[in-house]
Amino acid sequence: MTKTRTMLAAFAVGLLTSTAALAGDVRIMWYSDGVEGEVLKDLIDRFMKDNPDIKVIIDNVSFSVVREQLPVQLEAGDGPDIARLANIKALSKHWLDLRPLVADSAYWDKNFGDQADWMRPDGSNQISGFMTQITLTGGFANKTLFDQAGVALPGKDATWDDWAKASKQVAESQQIPFPMALDRSGHRLTAPDLSFGANYIGADGKPAALDDGAKSFISKFIGWIEDGTMSKDIWVSAAGSTYRAGADDFINGQVAFYYSGSWQVPNFSTKIGSNFDWVATGSPCGPANCTGMPGGAGLVAIKYTKNPKDVAKVMDYLASEPIVKEFSERTLFLPAHKGVIENGLNFKTDDAQAKAALGIFVTASTGLSDLARKLPGWAWSDTVYGALVTRVSQAAAGEMTLDEAYTRIDADIAAKVKDSAL
Amino acid sequence: MAEISRQTRQSHTGQSLGETAMMPVRFAMGIIDAPLRWVQKKFGLGGMAAFFLLPNMLIFGIFVLLPFFINFAYSMTGGTALFLSDRTFVGADQYSRLFDCSNYTNPNTCAEDTFWTAVGNTGWFVILQVTLMIGFSLVTALILNRDLMARSFWRAVFFFPVLLSPVVVGLIWKWILQRQGLLNFGLYGFGFDPHVWLNDRNWAFAATVGVSIWAHMGFYTLIILAGLQAIPKDLYEAAEMDGTRAMRVFTRITLPLLMPNLLVVIVLVLIRAVQIFDEVYVLTGGGPGTSTLFVTQYIYETGFAAQLRNPGLAAAASILMGLVLVVLTLVQLGLSRSRDKKGARK
Repeated sequence: MTKTRTMLAAFAVGLLTSTAALAGDVRIMWYSDGVEGEVLKDLIDRFMKDNPDIKVIIDNVSFSVVREQLPVQLEAGDGPDIARLANIKALSKHWLDLRPLVADSAYWDKNFGDQADWMRPDGSNQISGFMTQITLTGGFANKTLFDQAGVALPGKDATWDDWAKASKQVAESQQIPFPMALDRSGHRLTAPDLSFGANYIGADGKPAALDDGAKSFISKFIGWIEDGTMSKDIWVSAAGSTYRAGADDFINGQVAFYYSGSWQVPNFSTKIGSNFDWVATGSPCGPANCTGMPGGAGLVAIKYTKNPKDVAKVMDYLASEPIVKEFSERTLFLPAHKGVIENGLNFKTDDAQAKAALGIFVTASTGLSDLARKLPGWAWSDTVYGALVTRVSQAAAGEMTLDEAYTRIDADIAAKVKDSAL
Repeated sequence: MAEISRQTRQSHTGQSLGETAMMPVRFAMGIIDAPLRWVQKKFGLGGMAAFFLLPNMLIFGIFVLLPFFINFAYSMTGGTALFLSDRTFVGADQYSRLFDCSNYTNPNTCAEDTFWTAVGNTGWFVILQVTLMIGFSLVTALILNRDLMARSFWRAVFFFPVLLSPVVVGLIWKWILQRQGLLNFGLYGFGFDPHVWLNDRNWAFAATVGVSIWAHMGFYTLIILAGLQAIPKDLYEAAEMDGTRAMRVFTRITLPLLMPNLLVVIVLVLIRAVQIFDEVYVLTGGGPGTSTLFVTQYIYETGFAAQLRNPGLAAAASILMGLVLVVLTLVQLGLSRSRDKKGARK
């Protein structure tokens, strides 16, 4: 019996050692919108040259893999050692507290402290990671199409209605399928919702029922889809809360105005090139304000790692000022690092359009509403976004009336709140 | 004399080669012989059957039965936690939630409206896809069973899509059917107005049925073709000598003798249709709206892709779907057995 037990134990140990991460291995799950995967690889190669005892493995995956598969891995106490992702608040219970592990926690607090709440459990002071980029939602206009149509680009304080009217004129003149497009995303829809006066957060900190501000933009949005002002393709192209971007339609010159965000700048710079002129417009205004929605992708350490010290070393390196500066300049991403922002950046591009667009987004980031700043750190944001996308797209497809959609959005959110309390 | 000697030598070499090749087999048999004798002595001849079935039953138990029971346990729990031990027991609440409906034919009156929409869509998909799949496969098999020119080539043509991954199938047809796809390009070239096929509820649904048939028809055609080739030729010759009409030959000879194969095909198509997910997920993503959302995608979205996952609700939905599949399989078994009994009586 003892012999059998010993054999079983030996077998179990053998099995464990064959599947567990080796000492010195750090695995990063990474997704890319543009060239950031290549830039990261270059930076990591340099790190490994200086730290031969640490082997960093980069798993390049799609955004949907991070969004749909990583949460399941984390719930099972598994996953990579470090991950780059967008829904950093909802999963914050899985992040490793780097405070006792990093070389200088004061450096982290000083430079990344503004976004620390976005990626840690409420009430904690842990250092979970840092934002690899700060993003801001905003619009892009195909300037060539506007010029060819002889329609002036709406000005700085133009409203959503102004853009809809001008884009419609351009589409009619230039025979393009849609005047406007907006990503199939609750985060994107939230920016105009807020500019129409919406407030998602109730008095108890939990989601509030959909208010008149949100309803007034959503009804306008559905009206635009029905009359062909807004691209229907993107919003009805899937069921549930699946993400769909309209970037390809803009790149192919199929829409005059596209509402997405700053992360598209390097993408447009690479793919549009000199095919046509484009400009960033900032966020159109609603009756309440002209806010965009901040966000971004965070790089976080995962608490199930077998090598926390090595992970902290890699994170210290990637969060260091010269590396953040180089990463941002080469990827054309807006950095979160205070020191880098204060000392200025020299984005590595010859594309004047991209440089101008980045400048517009930097300016727009100063005009965010308080609620827009608060939402990335609110635990229920993703729940509200998911319900919005699911039901608004059903209304866009003609499956339910707007009133039914509003009722369903509230019911879906209430059910999620109830489920999470169990 | 020399010839005889060479033959003898060859025979000796052949024997020694055969013996050499058999040596490891004999060695292996020698090793297992003793334990097998012991098992037979211990459990009897009947026990030997159980002994040989044990590995299969273990695999079935671990990979089929155990997950089924775990899934059932999940369906009785609530919350968003993944581990069963972290979840709260809620009894039949998840089932009550799924069945909380004032009018099952109108999903908008149900608490889980998307589940019932998915059930309705799956029902229609099964009816259309199974009927058309059987029809097309049968007709194709009948044609391919004839003396066609380049028959093997045509058989390969119809079978080729079966070799493709469902993701590839979905992507190919998406590129054909999307707004700026190949079909609209062709239509535009011939002076017709393009149409956004995948944005139109009815066309998108028709596309899912059509693409599914295109992708899998070759496999079922092959099964039916095998059945057709097993029908004795003399029956057709006798019918021809009697001057029987072609339709009568089909209904009185071909169809009855093909029935065992057709039953297998019907069950396989039916089960596959209820489980439809992969190519449709790539092709339409369940849209426009929820018009091509099927039960498997609902389960996937609820359990894995939603912002706040609900594994309990997803498990309850999958148990219900499993029950439907069990009922369908039992119906098929019943039909098959009644046919066998009839055959035995005749």
